[in-house]
Amino acid sequence: MFKKILVFSSALLLIAIMWGCGKGKTSITLAGSTAFQPFAEKLADQYMATNNNVVITVQGGGSAVGIQSANSGAAQIGMADLVTLPKEAKDLTATVVAKDGVAIVVNPLNKVTDLSTDQVRDIFNGKITNWKEVGGIDAPITVVSREAGSGTRSSFEQIVTGINLKKDALIQDSNGTIRETVANDANSIGYVSHGLINEKIKALKIDDQECTVENIVSGKYKLVRPIFLLVKGSLEGETKNFIDYILSDEGQKTIKAEGLLPAK
Amino acid sequence: MKLIGEKGVKRILMLTAFSAISALLLIALFILNEGLPFIFKYGVKDFLFSSDWNPHLGKYGIYPMIVASLWVTFGALVIGAPLGVAGAFFLTEYVPKSIMRIIKPTIELLAAIPSVVYGFIGVMVLAPLIRNNFGGPGLSLLAASIILGIMILPTVISISIDSIMAVPQSYREGSLALGATTWQTIHMVTVKASKSGIIASIILGMGRAIGETMAVIMVAGNSVNIPHSPLDSVRTLTANIALEMSYATGLHRQALFATGVVLFIGIIILNSIASVVLRKRAVKK
Repeated sequence: MFKKILVFSSALLLIAIMWGCGKGKTSITLAGSTAFQPFAEKLADQYMATNNNVVITVQGGGSAVGIQSANSGAAQIGMADLVTLPKEAKDLTATVVAKDGVAIVVNPLNKVTDLSTDQVRDIFNGKITNWKEVGGIDAPITVVSREAGSGTRSSFEQIVTGINLKKDALIQDSNGTIRETVANDANSIGYVSHGLINEKIKALKIDDQECTVENIVSGKYKLVRPIFLLVKGSLEGETKNFIDYILSDEGQKTIKAEGLLPAK
Repeated sequence: MKLIGEKGVKRILMLTAFSAISALLLIALFILNEGLPFIFKYGVKDFLFSSDWNPHLGKYGIYPMIVASLWVTFGALVIGAPLGVAGAFFLTEYVPKSIMRIIKPTIELLAAIPSVVYGFIGVMVLAPLIRNNFGGPGLSLLAASIILGIMILPTVISISIDSIMAVPQSYREGSLALGATTWQTIHMVTVKASKSGIIASIILGMGRAIGETMAVIMVAGNSVNIPHSPLDSVRTLTANIALEMSYATGLHRQALFATGVVLFIGIIILNSIASVVLRKRAVKK
């Protein structure tokens, strides 16, 4: 009985292995940052359309997962959107493929249009708790932030500096849910990736600089983070080709068209 | 030929039975193996009773989450249990059997609605209602309690109905023959006879409320905070794991598994109580 199961399962395994390799295609897996994931998927589709010997799979998981899986080899390319890479990433070859602004957003009904970095810090730390203290109506501020470990959150905290998030801040687990929460609550403030701003939320000027593509590229708007692709060892083979494609004019054009900013 | 077939079937059934048990064992072992070493390394007291949760500073105190889970579950029971039990009595004692046969499956359909949908309704309808009428951020302990209270209704109602129906008809006839009204019969006879089943239904509902994740993440606001009022935002144990798992590495990851251990042990205790209560009823019969 057990012998039969053994024979059957090893046969199954063999078929599965042959299935995977039989087509003679190189497979590349990307994992990590959820902010870059949709862009990576789009770029992968375009790349595969012209290079049909490569199969590219894109997975999310977050920046920490990107670093972890590039280190462990679970993914050939890790994606991370952090201002500075942690020490776990020191053996990885990092390539900046795009830049992303972090917009401080409020509800469109909110009268406040600009804040200074200090005011943003005080609001998120709970020192300023009412909109009237920063020129708005008399209403309590609802702070919305991301969960610990989020790339967007750590970028936000590293650039604004001195953030010690107040205890009763709402926590949402993605850029999209922050946008929904801010769009639904007239007194809330949050932060999202620049590419996700739409008419349901309003991006604030920070230190008199508007969160626009020009200001981000010129460096005037300071809440900007790079997006890294991480590869273990040196760049070579199909992995290098794919990253080169992302950095090419065509790849960068896709990144820009979809709402991120080109690396250079 | 027939004999071999019989044996074969037995073996296949045994294999499937084992797959369920071994899955449970493997999950339990995995969680304990990943979580327990952390609890002992970090200190049981610090882990369970410190309210400082700050993974990037190496602080892992889950006390606010334990308190939040207990409050949310308690709130769900305050809302769900009376509604459920009263509904069950109405359906069994006042409504004709033929109509009950239609209504009961309809209520059980509530259990088939995915929890994301409950969460979505919570975010879109309930949270703004709370925010505009009572203040606060809307995404709160109260919102989570109401949503969970509705989510446990099918569990409470259908198990209560089963246990009320199991009360022998002769008890009711005896009571009515002595001149008692329907309500007197319910609270003096039927409630007493079906008590253990009703308690079990509430405990099972409680297990569902503690374990629910998706809907709670969407409506509770998720701040690591010991609530001072029902309008405060809270984060439950389950929400903590689901929110941070995708980003966690190293100690942080182990801390989340340890959170899972606390949850796992809590739910095992609840389920054991429920099954003991249910068994008692079976013995009494």
